[in-house]
Amino acid sequence: MASVTLKNVSKSFGVYDIIRNVDLEIGDGEFVVFVGPSGCGKSTLLRLIAGLVPVSDGAVLIGGDEVTDVPASKRGISFVFQSYALYPHMNVSRNISFALETARIGKAEIMRRVEAVAGMLKIGHLLERKPRQLSGGQRQRVAIGRALVADPEVFLFDEPLSNLDADLRTEMRFEIAKLHAEVKATMIYVTHDQTEAMTLADRIVVLNHGKVEQVGTPRELYDRPATRFVAGFLGSPKMNFAPTLLTDGRLAGPGGFSYTPGLATGTTVSEIGLRPEALTLSAQPGSDTIESTFERAEDLGHEFLCYVRIGEGLIWTVRGSGAPPAFLPGQTVHVGWRAGNLYLFDRDGQRLDHRPADRVAEEVA
Amino acid sequence: MAMRHSNATYRLIRRLKSVGLYMAVAVVMVYVLFPYYWAIVTSTRSAQEIYSFSLLPSLNLTNYVQLFSNAVFIGALVNSIVVALASTMIALAIGILAAYGFGRLHFAAGRYLLIAVLMISVFPQVVVLSGMFEVIGWLRLYNSPGALVVSYLILTLPFTTWILTSFIRDLPVELEEAALIDGCSRLRILTHVLLPLMWPAIASTGLLAFILSWNEFLFALTFILTDENRTVPVAIGLLTGSSRYEVPYGLLMAASVTVTLPLLVLVLIFQRKIVAGLTTGAVKG
Repeated sequence: MASVTLKNVSKSFGVYDIIRNVDLEIGDGEFVVFVGPSGCGKSTLLRLIAGLVPVSDGAVLIGGDEVTDVPASKRGISFVFQSYALYPHMNVSRNISFALETARIGKAEIMRRVEAVAGMLKIGHLLERKPRQLSGGQRQRVAIGRALVADPEVFLFDEPLSNLDADLRTEMRFEIAKLHAEVKATMIYVTHDQTEAMTLADRIVVLNHGKVEQVGTPRELYDRPATRFVAGFLGSPKMNFAPTLLTDGRLAGPGGFSYTPGLATGTTVSEIGLRPEALTLSAQPGSDTIESTFERAEDLGHEFLCYVRIGEGLIWTVRGSGAPPAFLPGQTVHVGWRAGNLYLFDRDGQRLDHRPADRVAEEVA
Repeated sequence: MAMRHSNATYRLIRRLKSVGLYMAVAVVMVYVLFPYYWAIVTSTRSAQEIYSFSLLPSLNLTNYVQLFSNAVFIGALVNSIVVALASTMIALAIGILAAYGFGRLHFAAGRYLLIAVLMISVFPQVVVLSGMFEVIGWLRLYNSPGALVVSYLILTLPFTTWILTSFIRDLPVELEEAALIDGCSRLRILTHVLLPLMWPAIASTGLLAFILSWNEFLFALTFILTDENRTVPVAIGLLTGSSRYEVPYGLLMAASVTVTLPLLVLVLIFQRKIVAGLTTGAVKG
């Protein structure tokens, strides 16, 4: 069991800064997920922690001890690769025990530990097979077994499920969550899949351009994203955005959007954001509605997605449960929203706290 | 739209095409195999028979009996085996280590060194002959099989290094990272993870190096002075008949067939070993 601390860690390859001044504190036994778009540096950050890539600047601490220059095998970590990286010429049993064999641990002890791990992962019947005789899901289990057998203090997963098909991915996600509950070790997990991030993480670290955008629980990140980037990255379908103009304390946007937030003077607002599930559709205009043109409805059985055009090149998604409303393409519809669900972002993409101005006035009075 | 022929016409065209293919293959096979067949035919005929034309071998083994009672030839055969094996082993050992360095350990001079290695194999043998002669002299290896082992490295090392380097580059890096996390040293990664995966490449490059060393003539002729140190290609070249003016064709062909057979056997053995797709299963698939 160990905590992981990154102090001002940077990594450059030549002139490219992949990781810029990352500070991060990961608690003992915590499950932390790194998410971000491809090229954001999440895999590099994991490799820095593993010691597979040396840091350019800063310090890495595991369990309170500095390990910045300690080789990967001496850090008490295990790594599960996206490609599994099983040794093709060794059978499953030897793949799992290779680290123990390298560490010159006795045959009997190796046998005992391999069998314990194989039992835990239900791969006991596969021990004599070669990796090429295994299915994707079985290879994944062997890769996890190889990580488990060394009894590490920190598990590092690099997109472990992205080579599996959708069904298996859901199943293995559940297995990994169970594994974390059982071994109670610290786990750091890299993914670009936000479902994995939301479902597995105690805390999510959102990375963008080699920097930490925001750290927090899945709920915090979803409800209170710090920036427009986080707001747009988490959530599927994505949050709807539209440009807005602030004049005399009143916000105006496309489709007749109008709102008067109680903001400090001097604040700028450049974009509004609304999640698809926070919107409603109706044929009649109301007090808080945006006029739009209906484009298309998708019926997913338990829910529906409607696409409406609220301005030039601006298509918003509206999500609701049950059957989709019967609108015709090209028909004018009105998108209903509520101030409590509205996100405002300033020119730098930072989210602004806001409440309707009249309510602020009431409270002051 | 272009006119469409009937189904039967297309079937006929397809049959004609496959017949044409097999005929072309047959022509190529005859072209490639005839010289070797002719050597076998000639080797089984007596000195008198040789000058009459026949495509069939005449099962007269006197040439082979004469050949294997020739002490110089047997000695040359042993020398060839020793020299070819030794230079192949050394070329592979150095080539594997060099390939790992070039393929995986990124260092600034790596690219230029690799190009330099390739440049070595650009020079024709005759160009390096006199320089090589000096080197052999300094090493005091003149007129010993060691001279050939050393000089053949200049022929075999460049391509073993190149082939093995590109093979190592194609192996997934994650395998090595996994081995690093499993606590392996660089040497253990090489011996326990990479080498087992490189068998197909090692077998094929080793075979090429062996064939090259086995058949080499120019260095073997230049660096060896006396009969007891000669290798087979030169020994064959120096085989003489009963008089100065007689070329012992039957004997020459018997010797050629004898020294080509081991190569054929090796190629057939290793061809089965060179199994493609040994790395399938290492990474996704």
